[in-house]
Amino acid sequence: MTLLNDPPDSLITGTGSRLVAEEPERFRVHRDAMTSPDILTDEQRKIFDHNWLYVGHESEVAEPGDYVRRKVGGRPLFMVRGAKSKQINVFHNSCTHRGAVVCRQDQGNAKVFQCFYHAWTFDSEGKLSGVPDRDAYGGTLDWDALRLKQVARVESYRGFVFCCYDPDVVGLEEYLAGAKDYLDLILDAAPTDMEIVRGTNEYGMDANWKLLVENSIDGYHAVSTHDTYFKYLVALGTDLSVGVKGTAHDLGNGHAVLEYEAPWGRPVAKWEPLFGEDAKPSVEGLRNSLVERFGEERAHRMADLNRNMLIYPNLVVNDIMALTVRTFMPTAPNRMEISAWEMAPREEQPDVRQRRLDSFLTFLGPGGFATPDDIEALESCQQGFSSGGVEWNDISRGMTREPEANDEAQMRAFWRRWREDMNRDDLGAMR
Amino acid sequence: MTAPPRTVTRAEVEDLLFHEAELLDEWDLDTWLTLYTEDSHYVVPATDTPDGNPATDLVLIDDDRLRMRLRVERLNSRKAHREYPHSRLRHLVSNVRVREPEGDEIPVRANFVVWRARNGKDVTFVGSYEYRLVHRDGELRIRGKRVMLDMTSLRPANDVAIIL
Repeated sequence: MTLLNDPPDSLITGTGSRLVAEEPERFRVHRDAMTSPDILTDEQRKIFDHNWLYVGHESEVAEPGDYVRRKVGGRPLFMVRGAKSKQINVFHNSCTHRGAVVCRQDQGNAKVFQCFYHAWTFDSEGKLSGVPDRDAYGGTLDWDALRLKQVARVESYRGFVFCCYDPDVVGLEEYLAGAKDYLDLILDAAPTDMEIVRGTNEYGMDANWKLLVENSIDGYHAVSTHDTYFKYLVALGTDLSVGVKGTAHDLGNGHAVLEYEAPWGRPVAKWEPLFGEDAKPSVEGLRNSLVERFGEERAHRMADLNRNMLIYPNLVVNDIMALTVRTFMPTAPNRMEISAWEMAPREEQPDVRQRRLDSFLTFLGPGGFATPDDIEALESCQQGFSSGGVEWNDISRGMTREPEANDEAQMRAFWRRWREDMNRDDLGAMR
Repeated sequence: MTAPPRTVTRAEVEDLLFHEAELLDEWDLDTWLTLYTEDSHYVVPATDTPDGNPATDLVLIDDDRLRMRLRVERLNSRKAHREYPHSRLRHLVSNVRVREPEGDEIPVRANFVVWRARNGKDVTFVGSYEYRLVHRDGELRIRGKRVMLDMTSLRPANDVAIIL
């Protein structure tokens, strides 16, 4: 790995500490963190093999035998609801015989998963239920050991299914730390259970994955980058004088959140002119019911405040003008693949659902009025890095005050955990 | 007000679709809008749900006429960073099939390839169009355009900031 010209402290030797330099009023990240193939290899081993990663949502596999295929931490897996146990299983998508993938469609319902190569067949609990010409094997072969391989750890929190390749990782709830309370707040605001809406945004960016970590929880860029989105809101009657006001919180373990007021409407229960007069009674009804259930103060947070939350390392749950669940993985130092879903209350009133869908695709979607410009910004940063000359990114904003929503405290929370993970030399690659 | 359906030839339909392609390639979006009726819709479903219904499912683009106009205003602005400067575009439209009229609408299917070249990167969008055409004041106009992408994800193209 390339060593840097001016390590902030010559005594520091850890990979993370070489790349993340913190001083009392200055916080810097070395651009090698975004450009080096060696760093990416290190991240795969130290970060993606040892932290909890988002797989999917339980509503996506509601019925026994329902399955979805996912790439998690760069590895093809599939999540299936077991026909017998009704529990969610997350399997490595590979036949225990000679390796071919056994789940070959993105989603569906199946009683069994048959490897087409030699027709070994597994049930939805992973048990090897069929082997052609079983007589050809000795009588002592342990067939049960040839069941589909579950990922080392699988746990879910309120419908969000995570897995970890490290069997010794702390439990999911302990890992989520302060992010748990924010997930509770977001999920409690729904009158029913939440579900993932049908339709996935699967897009890409020619930029390092950590730039999207920063961008997903960045309030500072909104006004400058998203001028055309704000013009769109104004054209539909939104009053921008509210501005963006709020705070940032370090939630522990690298997780962080911004919580703030913003001019746009929220399908949770904040009406705005662009929702249309017709939607006003339903949105106000939702708000009244929140006040009844949770009291004025918590109802205000649920209805009026926006939250951009990072769950370390690569899950974003943004509860803004719509609720998005977004995860992304690097395929190269300068390339990532993003999958984003929209979350909504089950059996939502059709007019509110329509506003939610509109809000999502106009701001969050890769065909909308904002996300393409984020992509342009992050790709532009990545291109700028290759110009050289400038070695460090500056992430110091707001270090000397109570963090505000357009400061960078939430990014520093991510980078500190990243530094800690990258400093660890005891973490091996998981099989 | 609704004119009775009139039969059209494939050549008339192709003239309209090729004209649209030319306007998009030339970034003459204000004129492009005039090809659409006041009650028009432009929809691009997500790549994993080509049958996606914008009323219930997450799609990539779901524009009514107002949002089409605002999209054009955005793309005409220097603040649409993803498209400033504009991509070079080339819309190729082929395999045009004119269906039997349904009410006052003429359903049309066509295939397309759109090349987008910008900043050293060339990407390709491939798929099919479903148009619903109507006659307005003696002219053939577009009331609906639905764009079904064949790519299994948007990843090879990164985003869809352009009009397909």
